Amino acid sequence: MKELVAMDLKGKLVIAFVFMVLGFMLSVQYKTTEQQRSIRMDRVEDLSERLKLAETENQRLLAEIDNLRQHGADNPDDPGQERLELLAGTTEVEGQGIEVVLDDSNIPKKANDNPNLYIIHDEDLLRVLNELRAAGAEAISLNDQRIVAMSEVRCAGPTVSVNNVRSAPPYVIKAIGAPKTLTSALRLRGGVVETFEFWGIQVKIKTVENLRVPALKAPRNFEYAKAVGEKEGQK
Amino acid sequence: MIYYAILGLLVGFVGGIYCPFSLPPEYARLLAVAVMAGMDAVLGGVRASMESKYDTQVFISGFFINGILAAFLCYAGNMIGIDLYIVAILIFGMRIFQNMGVIRRLYMGK
Repeated sequence: MKELVAMDLKGKLVIAFVFMVLGFMLSVQYKTTEQQRSIRMDRVEDLSERLKLAETENQRLLAEIDNLRQHGADNPDDPGQERLELLAGTTEVEGQGIEVVLDDSNIPKKANDNPNLYIIHDEDLLRVLNELRAAGAEAISLNDQRIVAMSEVRCAGPTVSVNNVRSAPPYVIKAIGAPKTLTSALRLRGGVVETFEFWGIQVKIKTVENLRVPALKAPRNFEYAKAVGEKEGQK
Repeated sequence: MIYYAILGLLVGFVGGIYCPFSLPPEYARLLAVAVMAGMDAVLGGVRASMESKYDTQVFISGFFINGILAAFLCYAGNMIGIDLYIVAILIFGMRIFQNMGVIRRLYMGK
């Protein structure tokens, strides 16, 4: 290619210098852009890597849960197991006990009397349950809802809610325990049943030889409570 | 002359690649504008040489002053919240294409 402009060495060197600067700038710019891109890529790769790890961990833990469940089911004869299940109410139980049926009052209300006095309230049921517990009942259910440590018996409008399940009268309370003790605890002079009868609330108590008390239907998930026990100490 | 140019470009490129420092991202834009200004100046120089109007001083001053001014304008615009770098890139881009067009015509001798 012929020279377009006649040029001395100085001019050529100047051109070389200018191009050098241009090349330098270009490459620095290229490097910077590349770096930014790679930083972004690094971040994506890093995050996807972590996601993968978390998923693997998740699967491992799920498998562990399955394993432990099966292991637990394989050992129903574990000495502690049955006791725990009885305590937690997660298994249906049977044995001799009593069945108490409570229904609202059937006597005519007197004028000016509070109608609330003639119907069964959560407090009445709680008194019965408390009395049964005091008499040594081992498993109690109210309208087929197993009463466990965390069960509530609560007024919910015209109904009563137990284990977050509502039910209306008549209320059937099943209690497994020594039938005589339970019955007499309720029939105590000045006791629960006497109060009920005063207001005309119908109470029927019968002894059942082979009473079945259902299991807790929806076992509670523990969200906040964490066990602090020997295991924690051993770590 | 063209060999000097290519040699200079290569040396600069390699030097930039092996240069240990790299620009923080917020200044990458300024350098981009400066690069555009440099490319514009170079193409302008080529065009001038083809039109036999080439002057070393004009070329050098155009290269450096345009580059620095463009970068500075962008920097200043950044400070007052005006994206002047878009304007600079647009203008330099247009000029680069214009110069390319003229060079093409001159090269074909029309």
